[in-house]
Amino acid sequence: MVQGPHPAPPRTPVSPAVVGATPRPAPPSAPTPVVPADRVERVTEQVTGAQSIVRSLEEVGAEVVFGIPGGAILPTYDPLMDSTRLRHILVRHEQGAGHAATGYAAATGRVGVCMATSGPGATNLVTPIADANMDSVPMVAITGQVGAAMIGTDAFQEADIVGITLPITKHNYLVTDPADIPRVIAEAFHVAASGRPGPVLVDIAKSAMQASTTFSWPQEVALPGYHPVTKPHAKQIREAARLLATSRRPVLYVGGGVIRARAAEQLRRLTDLSGAPVVTTLMARGALPDTHPQHLGMPGMHGTVAAVAALQKSDLIVALGARFDDRVTGLLSSFAPHATVVHADIDPAEIGKNKAVDVPIVGDLREVISDLVPELEREHAQHGKPDLEAWWRQLDAWRETFGLGYDEPSDGHLAPQHVIQRIGELSGPEATYVAGVGQHQMWAAQFIKYERPNSWLNSGGLGTMGYAVPAAMGAKVGEPDRTVWAIDGDGCFQMTNQELATCAINDIPIKVAVVNNSSLGMVRQWQTLFYESRYSNTDLHTGHGTRRIPDFVKLADAYGCVGLRCETKADVDATIKRALEIDDQPVVVDFTVSRDAMVWPMVAAGVSNDDIQYARGISPSWDRED
Amino acid sequence: MSRHTLSVLVENKPGVLTRVAGLFARRAFNIHSLAVGPTEHDEISRITVVVDVDELPLEQVTKQLNKLINVIKIVELEDAASVQRELLLVKVKADVTQRTSVLEVVQLFRAHVVDVVPDTVVVEATGSPGKLDALLTALEPFGIREIVQSGTVAIGRGSRSITDRALERVTRSA
Repeated sequence: MVQGPHPAPPRTPVSPAVVGATPRPAPPSAPTPVVPADRVERVTEQVTGAQSIVRSLEEVGAEVVFGIPGGAILPTYDPLMDSTRLRHILVRHEQGAGHAATGYAAATGRVGVCMATSGPGATNLVTPIADANMDSVPMVAITGQVGAAMIGTDAFQEADIVGITLPITKHNYLVTDPADIPRVIAEAFHVAASGRPGPVLVDIAKSAMQASTTFSWPQEVALPGYHPVTKPHAKQIREAARLLATSRRPVLYVGGGVIRARAAEQLRRLTDLSGAPVVTTLMARGALPDTHPQHLGMPGMHGTVAAVAALQKSDLIVALGARFDDRVTGLLSSFAPHATVVHADIDPAEIGKNKAVDVPIVGDLREVISDLVPELEREHAQHGKPDLEAWWRQLDAWRETFGLGYDEPSDGHLAPQHVIQRIGELSGPEATYVAGVGQHQMWAAQFIKYERPNSWLNSGGLGTMGYAVPAAMGAKVGEPDRTVWAIDGDGCFQMTNQELATCAINDIPIKVAVVNNSSLGMVRQWQTLFYESRYSNTDLHTGHGTRRIPDFVKLADAYGCVGLRCETKADVDATIKRALEIDDQPVVVDFTVSRDAMVWPMVAAGVSNDDIQYARGISPSWDRED
Repeated sequence: MSRHTLSVLVENKPGVLTRVAGLFARRAFNIHSLAVGPTEHDEISRITVVVDVDELPLEQVTKQLNKLINVIKIVELEDAASVQRELLLVKVKADVTQRTSVLEVVQLFRAHVVDVVPDTVVVEATGSPGKLDALLTALEPFGIREIVQSGTVAIGRGSRSITDRALERVTRSA
C-alpha cells in the first residue's frame, strides 16, 4: 500500500482529555481545544473489529501509523486503506516502525503509533518498545494476534507478545472481545501520554478484528489504579526554595523529564532567578539553551569537566526529572558527597531509587518549577540572593581550563568532532539532530549547540544502535518543515538503513551523516583503553582505503537517495551545504573520519567522578580548589 | 533482612498476578509466600505477599508495584496490628498403635482430622506460621507422608477496612 504525497498533518494534537475521565492541562506550545465531555457528540456505529481499531485511532487523534501488514493484522489494513485521517507509512522492518514512532513522539510530544502483525512482526517491535520504556517516550504499539481460539496452541506466527513485553511496557493489553477495542485504545493513549510517558502495547486477536461489533466514542477512561500525581506538595516546594536560596554551591541537575513535561520555559525562569549553574543530561540536551551563560554542559561519563565537577563539589543538587543514572553518577558511593539533594520527578519510584534524597518532590515538572519560582522569589525578597560569586569563580575556572576540545588526527582522516560541529553550526538550532549510539552520539551531544527542547533525539537509556535513521524519519514526518539530521555511525547505520527506502518512497527527505570510522568506534575506544589495543571484532571495513563494504554512496544511490562523500577537511563545509540544499530527496553523506579519535572527557565505568580524565592520562587536580 | 507482609489490592483481571509476581522477579526481590483470592467486591482481588527484604528496597518495591496500572492499593500489615494465618494440610502415618498419640497432638494444636484411612490421617490446621511449624515438629516423629501449605493471608485488626477507599475509586470510575 503506497500512499501518495500527503499534506502536512495538522499541528493540533488531540489530548487524552477529550477521551479520558481525567483531563490534562494542555501544553501551551500546542494548545488543545478541550471539549467538555457533555458537548462531545456521541458516535455509535455498527462495524467490524478492524474498522473499530481504525475509527478508534482516528478519534483518539492519531495522524500517522508506521507499520507493516501481515497475516494476523491483515483485517485492520483493509479499512486503514480507506481512512482519510490516518496516514500509514509502510516501513521495511518493524524495528523501523517502532523507532519511527518514538522519533515522531520525541520530536512532537505527541503519541507515536506503530503497527505490526503477530509473532515475528511483534517481536521485532521489542527493541523499540524497550527503548521507549527506558526513555519515557509516549508510544502505542498495535499488534495482531492469532485468533482467540488458537491462542496458546503454538499456532503459526503466534508469540505471547503481551508476556514478552510485560517488563518493558508501561502497560499492555490483550484484546479478544471486539467490544473492548475503543475503550482499550482510549486507555492506551491516555496511559502512554500521561504521568511519566511510556510505551503501551495493544495486542488484538484476529478473530476480534473479523467479528462485528459496536464502535462508540468518546470512551471514558476508568483506571482505578492509575492516578499520576502532578501537583507538587507545597511544603516540599518551600523547603526546596529555602535550600536554593541559602546554599553556596547549588547545581540544577536537569534530566529528560523537563523535556517530556514541556517545562523548558519554566526552567529558564528558575535558572535566571536562582543564578545557579545548570547541567543538562544526555536526555535533556536543549532543555536550556547551550548559549545560556549558566549552562555548564552535559554531566556524566562523557560530560564536561565543569559539569561533572560542579555536581561533585556541590552542596545542593536540585534534580529535575533526572534519575541519577549510573552514567551520570559514576561510582554511586562517591557521587556528590557533600550535597543535599532535592529530587523532583513525576515518578515516585525514581525518588530515592539510587541516591538518598533530602527533599522529595513528586509532581509534573512544569508545575513543580512553576511553583518553585514564586517561592524562591519570596525567599530572595526576605533574605536576599545568595552569594554565589566564589562558586562561579570556581566554575568559570574549570570551564576555561577544561573546555571541550579535540586533537586533529594524525592519520590524515577527518576529525569526527569537526564534522559534527560543522553540521550543527551550518544547520542551526532550528534543525533536529537524531543520533545513533556510540562515539558519534557523544560527540553530537557535546559539539552541537542545542537551543531548544526536542531538537536532540537519541537512545539514552537502552543505548539502541540503529535508532538514528528510523527515528529521524519519524521526526521528519512529525515536523516536515524542519531540517532533520541523522548523525549516525557506520555500525549503527548498517543496522537500520533499510528505512532509506521508506524515506525515498514516501518523500521524507532526511539527511544522514555517516560518521564513518570503519569500525565500532566506542567499543574500539574501550579496547584501546582497557584491552591493550587488541581490536577484537571491531573492524567493519566500510572505508579507510582497503575495502568499502558496503559503499555508502552506492547504497544511498541504490535506495533512491543522494549519496555524497567527504574525505578532506577542505570539503566538509561544502559537502554539508550541498546536503542542506537538497530538499526533495533523502541525502546520505559518508564522512571518512579517523578511527583513532576518542571521546573525551571520560569517567571510566564504575569509577568515581573525581577521577574524570580530561584527556588520556590527564586528570584535573582538585586539591587547590577545595 | 526482615520479613514484611504486603496486602495488594488489584483489579480482578486476567494476567494481574503475572504482572505482580513478574515485578518481584525483575527487580530481584524474593517472595517468601504469596496468596491470591477474591474480596468482598467482585472487581477487586487481594494478593498477600510476604517478602524478605530490607526497609529501603521495600519502599522501592512498593513504589514499583504502585506503578502497575492494575494495582489499586498496597498496605503493609505489621505483625502486631494484624491477624496472619496460613492453612496446612498434612498426611501423617497413624496406624492403630499410634493413632491416639497423633490425635492428642491434633487436639493440642486445635487442628482437625479431615481424612482417615487405616494407616494415615490428614490433619488440617490454620494458624500463624510459628504455630504451624510447631505442629509439624510435634507430628514429625510419627512420620510425615505429605505436606501442602498455603501462603499467608492477613487482615488488619480493628474495624477499618483497607478496601473502603479503594472501593470508592472503583465505583467512581466505573
